Amino acid sequence: MSGELVSEVSTEGGGASAAAPSAPPVDAQSAGVVPQRTAPLSVAFGVVSGLKNAVLPAAFVAFSSSSNYAILIALGIAALIFAVSFVLGYIRWRKLTYTVGVEDIRVESGLVSRTARSVPFERIQDVSLEQKLLPRLFGLVSVKFETGAGGGEDLSLSFLTEDEGERLRQVVRERRAAETAPVAAEGVSETAATQVTPQEEAAEALFTMGPRRIFIFGLFSFSLAVVAVLFGLTQQFEFLLPFDLWDFEAWEERLIGQSDALSSLGRSAQIVGGIIAVLSLIILGIATGLIRTALREWDFLLEKTPRGFRRRRGLLTKTDVVMPVHRVQGIKIGTRFIRYRFGWHGLKFISLAQDAGASNHDVAPFAQLDEIAPIVEASGFHLPSENTEWHRAAKKYRFDGALIDGGVFLLIAVPVAIFAPPFFVLIPLVMAAVFAFAALYSWQFKRHALDDSQIMSVSGLFSPSSMIANRVKLHSVEISQGPIARKRGYASLDFGLAGGSFSISGVPLERAREVRAAVLETIVSKDFSQLENA
Amino acid sequence: MDTPDTIPTPATPASAANPAAPAAAQEVAPHDDAALTQLHPNYVHSLRLTALLTSIPVLIGGLVFEAVIVEETPIPAGVVMSVLLILSLIFIIRVPMRRFQARGYNMSADRLRVVRGILWNSDTVVPFGRVQHIDVDQGPIERFFDLATLTVHTAGSHNASVHLPGLNKALADNMREDIRAHIKRDTM
Repeated sequence: MSGELVSEVSTEGGGASAAAPSAPPVDAQSAGVVPQRTAPLSVAFGVVSGLKNAVLPAAFVAFSSSSNYAILIALGIAALIFAVSFVLGYIRWRKLTYTVGVEDIRVESGLVSRTARSVPFERIQDVSLEQKLLPRLFGLVSVKFETGAGGGEDLSLSFLTEDEGERLRQVVRERRAAETAPVAAEGVSETAATQVTPQEEAAEALFTMGPRRIFIFGLFSFSLAVVAVLFGLTQQFEFLLPFDLWDFEAWEERLIGQSDALSSLGRSAQIVGGIIAVLSLIILGIATGLIRTALREWDFLLEKTPRGFRRRRGLLTKTDVVMPVHRVQGIKIGTRFIRYRFGWHGLKFISLAQDAGASNHDVAPFAQLDEIAPIVEASGFHLPSENTEWHRAAKKYRFDGALIDGGVFLLIAVPVAIFAPPFFVLIPLVMAAVFAFAALYSWQFKRHALDDSQIMSVSGLFSPSSMIANRVKLHSVEISQGPIARKRGYASLDFGLAGGSFSISGVPLERAREVRAAVLETIVSKDFSQLENA
Repeated sequence: MDTPDTIPTPATPASAANPAAPAAAQEVAPHDDAALTQLHPNYVHSLRLTALLTSIPVLIGGLVFEAVIVEETPIPAGVVMSVLLILSLIFIIRVPMRRFQARGYNMSADRLRVVRGILWNSDTVVPFGRVQHIDVDQGPIERFFDLATLTVHTAGSHNASVHLPGLNKALADNMREDIRAHIKRDTM
């Protein structure tokens, strides 16, 4: 990964592109627009990931064969994989070009079968930049053109130089602004005027997380994932261990030997040992939480720009995501058992665009409600006011839910009572009581409300989570009933929400119809095509 | 069997086989905004034909069991086959009728309502203003009965596509045109 390699590849690339008449045809109307390649260093990153692939097979050969030449063969295999991935990566890089045209961005790729994808500017919602650790060291970014297509179908280019990434983002914004300006002018969008300014727009910081906040967040993000990873690794690299992991007799011997040694130390020493083990697990969990949170959330900054919300975060992998305000379909406020006691909540936006694989956008992962309120306000929603008229689920739903939740454990209790030793039957019986009680009690916290522009629902026994959707942005309303619900006269309301699901269960049938009628009136009042600038 | 005429001409000769004529289907979801329109009576036939085709392999399996394996088991001969036969008769005759009765739709000036399901009943309303695109599909069996399935697609994740089967082909085409006329402009 020396500078030598870099310069070598780049000169080669430059020479080739000058002498390449076979390069994809330049569109007539965008004369003067030249197809461009991604940064030459991308080849190197391809090779690095190729190397990762080479390590395992090589290690396998090296360790599994007893031949004297095992190491040599392994090295040979690694070299071969390295060479192949380098050549393939180089060809792929040579064959991938992108063109910023007058109306669209085109990416042509493929050695044997060529693909050309064109994305019109007016469909590009925005450009996200992502920097993983290694590319970041070399000043490269991967650029993703958000079209809201969902399903990972968005066009992306890895890797471009930071300047080029920023330039593309600017180009897309200018083109977009130029195209939407006439449309926006007839709408009532007050942001339209500022949209046209091509320069870095005035941004207003909505939410930031400094080191102190991230530290607190990390403390609440206790995670034992490391233990699972370690366990997975021992399985993966079992062959490297000096003993057989699955030889139970040997384990027994080892453990009995251990416990002999332990018991000779006496009871108090055993207790101390146990406490130390538990403590170290807790410390491990907290440390994992702190590190993972810091890696993900470092320098968290959420801004409101005229183009929408812009979120930057990350310590090693930096991400920079923009989401236009009108793309926010709904919001979710969630929390967890312990952090709720301290008033911490997380705010997410629901939209069709994806956020690092997740379907919801984290906009304030760890905040107090008074910090969340202005963000919600900025996204065109509002938190339920004090005089919101809340409706509860049907009483019969409460009873049925408790009966079903408890009944499952009662059913389990029957075979346990017959086959297991006495007193074991208490376990499912207690579980039945606990679950039935939880179902009865959680009913208190389950409610929904309808106001002029929103539909809201809250649920959760120990940690309430709420969801708010804009009535006009829903796409369909369904009332569904299972056999029990039908007999007992309650129903589920399912709303068609772009990018998420919104369902309210156990609503009395009459109320469900009322809500549906009201919501449908709102939906019908505005055609889909008018939503964009709403 | 091909009766391209418009809506209800119930009790075609073939439906004489079942006791409850489609007329009994008025009680479809006796609630909500407006009365539901029934599907084309041919829909029962197409459901039955589909059920018949799917139960044939099961019945053949039963026959094979009776002929080859039954002697090695303590089950008396004929029991398995008769159970299978009764089940498939229910599946072919009774279930399609119930499904037909449970289904219905209502198309008003600005929305389409689709009701379906015997045990798990769902009642979906899609406003025309949210329809992204519309399909009219015809499988081979539907084609034989001159039926079609109308599917409206929305941008919502839940109910991304709402199917309405058992429409007369000409009616489905008309409905498509009506809905299309409501969609003012193609965005997205």
